[in-house]
Amino acid sequence: MEWEVVIGLEIHAQLATKSKIFSGSSTAFGAEPNTQASLVDLGLPGVLPVFNQEALAMAVKLGCAIDAEIGKVSVFDRKNYFYPDSPKGYQTTQLHHPIVGMGHIEIDMEDGTSRRINVTRAHLEEDAGKSLHEDFSGMSGIDLNRAGTPLVEIVSEPEMRNAKEAVAYFKKMHSIVTYLGICDGDLSQGSMRCDCNVSLRPKGQQEFGTRTEIKNVNSFRFVEQAINVEIERQRDILEDGGTIIQETRLFDANKMETRSMRSKEVENDYRYFPCPDLLPIVIDDDYIEAIRKTLPELPDQKKQRLMSEHGLSEYDAAILTATRELAVYFEQVAEKCGDYKLAANWVMGELSAALNKSEAEIKTCPISAENLGAMIVRIKDNTISGKGAKSVFQNLWDQTGDDVDALIDSLGLKQVSDSGAIEGIVDDVLNANQAQVDQYVNAEPDKRGKMVGFFVGQVMKASKGSANPGIVNKVLKEKLGARC
Amino acid sequence: MALDHSDVKSIANLAKLAISDENIDKYKTELSSILDLVEQMNAVNTDDVEPLANPTDAVQRLRADVVTETNHREKYMANAPAQENGLFLVPKVVE
Amino acid sequence: MKDSNMHNLTLSQISQGLNNGDFSSVEITQHYLDRIAKFDQGESGLNSFITVTAAQALADAKAADERRAAGNATAWTGVPFAHKDIFCTDGTLTTCGSKMLGNFIPPYDATVVDNFKQQGAVCLGKTNMDEFAMGSSNESSFFGPVKNPWNKETIPGGSSGGSAAAVAARLVPAATGTDTGGSIRQPAALCGLTGLKPTYGRCSRFGMIAFASSLDQAGPMTQTAEDAAMMLNVMASFDEKDSTSIDQAIPDYTATLNDDIAGKVIGIPKEFFPDSLDGEMAKTVRNAIAEFEKMGCTIKEISLPSTDLAIPAYYVVAPAECSANLSRMDGVRFGYRCENPKDVEDLYKRSRGEGFGDEVKRRIMIGTYALSTGFYDAYYVKAQKIRRLIKNDFVSAFEQVDIIMGPVTPSPAFKAGEKSGDPVEMYMEDKFTLSCNLAGLPGMSIPAGQINGLPVGLQMIGNYWSEASMLNMAHQFQSRTDFHKQAPQGIE
Repeated sequence: MEWEVVIGLEIHAQLATKSKIFSGSSTAFGAEPNTQASLVDLGLPGVLPVFNQEALAMAVKLGCAIDAEIGKVSVFDRKNYFYPDSPKGYQTTQLHHPIVGMGHIEIDMEDGTSRRINVTRAHLEEDAGKSLHEDFSGMSGIDLNRAGTPLVEIVSEPEMRNAKEAVAYFKKMHSIVTYLGICDGDLSQGSMRCDCNVSLRPKGQQEFGTRTEIKNVNSFRFVEQAINVEIERQRDILEDGGTIIQETRLFDANKMETRSMRSKEVENDYRYFPCPDLLPIVIDDDYIEAIRKTLPELPDQKKQRLMSEHGLSEYDAAILTATRELAVYFEQVAEKCGDYKLAANWVMGELSAALNKSEAEIKTCPISAENLGAMIVRIKDNTISGKGAKSVFQNLWDQTGDDVDALIDSLGLKQVSDSGAIEGIVDDVLNANQAQVDQYVNAEPDKRGKMVGFFVGQVMKASKGSANPGIVNKVLKEKLGARC
Repeated sequence: MALDHSDVKSIANLAKLAISDENIDKYKTELSSILDLVEQMNAVNTDDVEPLANPTDAVQRLRADVVTETNHREKYMANAPAQENGLFLVPKVVE
Repeated sequence: MKDSNMHNLTLSQISQGLNNGDFSSVEITQHYLDRIAKFDQGESGLNSFITVTAAQALADAKAADERRAAGNATAWTGVPFAHKDIFCTDGTLTTCGSKMLGNFIPPYDATVVDNFKQQGAVCLGKTNMDEFAMGSSNESSFFGPVKNPWNKETIPGGSSGGSAAAVAARLVPAATGTDTGGSIRQPAALCGLTGLKPTYGRCSRFGMIAFASSLDQAGPMTQTAEDAAMMLNVMASFDEKDSTSIDQAIPDYTATLNDDIAGKVIGIPKEFFPDSLDGEMAKTVRNAIAEFEKMGCTIKEISLPSTDLAIPAYYVVAPAECSANLSRMDGVRFGYRCENPKDVEDLYKRSRGEGFGDEVKRRIMIGTYALSTGFYDAYYVKAQKIRRLIKNDFVSAFEQVDIIMGPVTPSPAFKAGEKSGDPVEMYMEDKFTLSCNLAGLPGMSIPAGQINGLPVGLQMIGNYWSEASMLNMAHQFQSRTDFHKQAPQGIE
C-alpha cells in the first residue's frame, strides 16, 4: 500500500528575557544548580506569580512575524501533572486562549521551491527544571534553575509530508525567532526543542492515522532522523497489519530508533483550568501595532531584497539569509566591499568551506566581516589576484595577521598592474622564447588561444607572480597579434 | 453521582494520594454524597451565563523584565528532605 | 495600669496605653505570654496556638519599647497580636495545621507579616487552624482540635478557630485570620468576636498558604470594630508580588468610625432567613438589625435568589483550586516525606497520603474529579457560571441597598465531634458565608447576642471596597450595645 506521511511539529523556544516568566530570577544558562531558583521558581508554599511584560512583547512579536491573529485577551491555565522537575505540580501554560492564534510561514526546500505551512497557535508557558540522572546515592538530582524560564510553544498544522519538510519548517522557525531576537536559538543548550507528531495514512484517505509524539528532539539532523525512523517503524507495523499506539516516544540517536517513554504512559489527565493566581492578559490594537513597528527585516524579506536589489540568485539568497548570524555577517561583508555577488561567492565558497572543515560556526568565525570585506575591496581594485586573495584569506583565518593591507604587503602579494612594466616583461619573455612565438604565429587562429597560457605562465614566473594576470593577458594578446 | 470503587482509585491515583483499600469505601460514600450536594447546581439553567473565574474585573499586571533575585540556595533549600551538591534528591527518575 | 487585668483591654486601648506610658510593650507581652502558658497548654488548655514564639516576642517587645523611646512609634509599635499559622513567617515554623508542613520553616515573610513587622508590632505566635484552612470546626488540625473558651465542649469554628479562641480568651488582643468560605466570620461569630473578610484583592495573598486562590482573603479578628479598623489599616496593602492584589486607595479605616449612619439602607435577603432557620437565631439577628433602625437606618427586604447555589458552586470551585494549589506538597523540596520511597510515584503517593488529613484528601479528590476529562464542563464550568449569577445577585442588590445583613451561622457553636463524621453536614455550616467569597465582597461578623450562653454573630456584607463604611456601621452598633464586651468565664 502507498502511505502518506503526516507530520506536525510543536516547537518550544525559550524567550530571551533577562528574568523568568513569573519571577525576578535570572534566566542565564549554566549557573550552579538551584542558584537561580527563587521562592517562586521553587514553588514554596504561599508564593505567587507575576507576569513578565517582555515575555508578552516577545510572543506578540512572533505573532506579528508569522502574520497571526493576536489574542487580545489571553489566559493562563494550569496543566496538572506530577513530575520532580515541575515544582508546583502543574505547569502554567495557555490552553483555551493563547496569545497567538492562526498564522503561517513559508518553508524553503533544497530544490529551491517553497511552500506555506500554517501555524495553529503559539502560547506562553513556563519551562520545567532538570532531572539529573547521574548517581546521587542511587537517586536523581533536581535542578530548578531552568524552572520558570519563559517559553513560547509554537504548534504547526499537520501539514508536512516528509522529514525534509519538517526540518525546513524547524529551520525557518529557528531563523524567524533568531531574526526577531526573541530566542537565542542555541539548540545545544536546549533553547529550542521540538516535539514531532508523526502518523501515516493510506494515500487518499481523509482522516488521520494514529499518531505518536517524539519528544524533545534538539537538533535539525535529529529531527530528520527521528521522523524517518519513526515513519519506517510505523510503516512496518501497518504493513504487517498491526496498529499504532498513540504514545510519547523518545529518539535514541545512537541506536537510530524511537522508543516508548513508559514513565509517561501512566494514566494522565491534565485537568487544565484557568490559573486563579493570574488574571486575564488584555492588550489592545495600539499595543500590537507598536510591537509590529519594531519588527526587524525577516528572512523572507531579506532574501527578496538580496535578489531584487543586488541580483543574487534565489539559491544564494536563501542560503545567505537562512540564519540571522550568517545574514548579518554577509551583509556586513557586502556593504564593506560594495559587491554583493563577489561577497556571496566568498562567503558561500571559501568561508563556508573553511567553517565546515573546522566545524566552526559563523559566530565564532576567526575572520571578521570587516576584514573579509576589505580583502574583497583589494581584489576589486586589482591590488591582489584571486590567488593572492586566497593566501590573504588563509592568513586571516589562521590569525597570523588582522590587517588586510599589512598582510598584502608582508606577503608581497601586491600585483603589478602598471602596463608599462608588464610590457617590458612580456617583451623579454617573447624574445627569450622565439620558438614558441613562431609556433604561435604559424598555428591556426583558433588554436592560438590555448597557446597563450604558456606565455602567461612565463610572464607570471618572470614577475614572481606579482603581475596582474588580466593585464598580462591583454598585453600578450596585443604583442603576439602584432607578430602574426 | 455515585462513584464506584475504581473511580475512587483512579481519582486518588491522579491526585497522587495513597489510600488504603479499607478506606476506599469510606471515601466512595463521602465523595458521592458531596457530589450529590454539588449537583444541586443542575437545578438552574446557565446556558447564557459567562463563567466567572475571578471575582475582580481586574486584568493581569505586568512586571518589568528585571533580575531582582539573588542566590539564597542554602536558605531556600534548608527544608529539603534530601539534598546533595545543591540538588534536591528524589528516587531515581526513569524516562 | 500594670495590673492583672491588662488583658481586658482592647487593641486600641493597648495602643493608647503604650502611648501614654501606662505600661511597656515588654510588660504587656509578658502578661499575655503568661496567660497563654496558663490557659492554652495542657489537657484542659484551649490549644489555640501551634507555636508560641515567646523569646522572639520579648525581644521584639524590647525593640518596640526602644523605638517608642526614640520617638518613632506608630499605633502598632509594641502591640501584641498573633498570626494564623497559614502566614509564612521567616525562620518560624509555619504548619498550616498539617502534618505535611509539620517541619516547614519558611525562608521568607508573607506580605501581611511584613506589614506588621514594619510597624514594630509584637507577634506572640502562630494560631491553630483547620488543616490547610479546610474546615468549620477546627477539628481537622493535625495539632489537635481547639476548644471554644465559651464552652470547652464546643468547637470554636474554623478554619481560623485558633485565632478566634485565643482572642476570645484574651490570650492575645487580636489575631489575623483568613477567610475562603467563612473562615474568619464563622469562628468570630461562634467566639463572640468582630471579624472582617475584606474585598478580594484588599490584602496581599503573598506568603499566605493558598487554599483556593480566587476566594482566599486575609482579615482581622478582634474584640471590636474599632480594633478591626486599626488592624485593617496595617493588613491592607497593594502588593506587586500578588497579581490579584488591587491598587485601590487605602483609607484610614479608623477615621470614619464615628460617622453618622442615619439614612443607610440595609438589605435583608429573604434567603438568609429560611423557614428552616432556628427561631432563636432568627430573632437574635433581627433584634440586632433593629438596633440599626433605631440609629436611623432603613430596612429593605431583598432577594438573593442564587444563595442556595453557593454551597454546591463553592464545593466545586474551592476543591478544584485547592487540588492544584496543594500539588506542590510533594515531599521533594520541603515538608513531609514518607520513609524509604521506592520510586517517585511511591514518594508522591505515600508522602501525600500520610501527610494530608481526611478532609484535605476529600477536597483534593473532589477537585481532581471536577476538573477531569468529561466532568470539567458539568462541574467546574457550571460552578463558574453560578458564581457569575451569585455575583450578579449582589450587584443588583447593591443598586438598592448600602449593606446586606443576616446571620453568620445557622446555629451557635456545636459540640465537638457532632458534625465531624459527616462532611456534607459540616459544609452546611457555611451556607450564609460562602456567597461573599464567591462574589469577592467584604463580609463581617459582629457579636449580636447569645443563645444558651453561646455567642452568635450578625453578618454584614458590603459592596466592593466598602470596608470603611462597614466598620463605621459596626462601630456605631457597638457604641450602643455591649455584646462585644462580653467575655467567656473561667479565664481570669
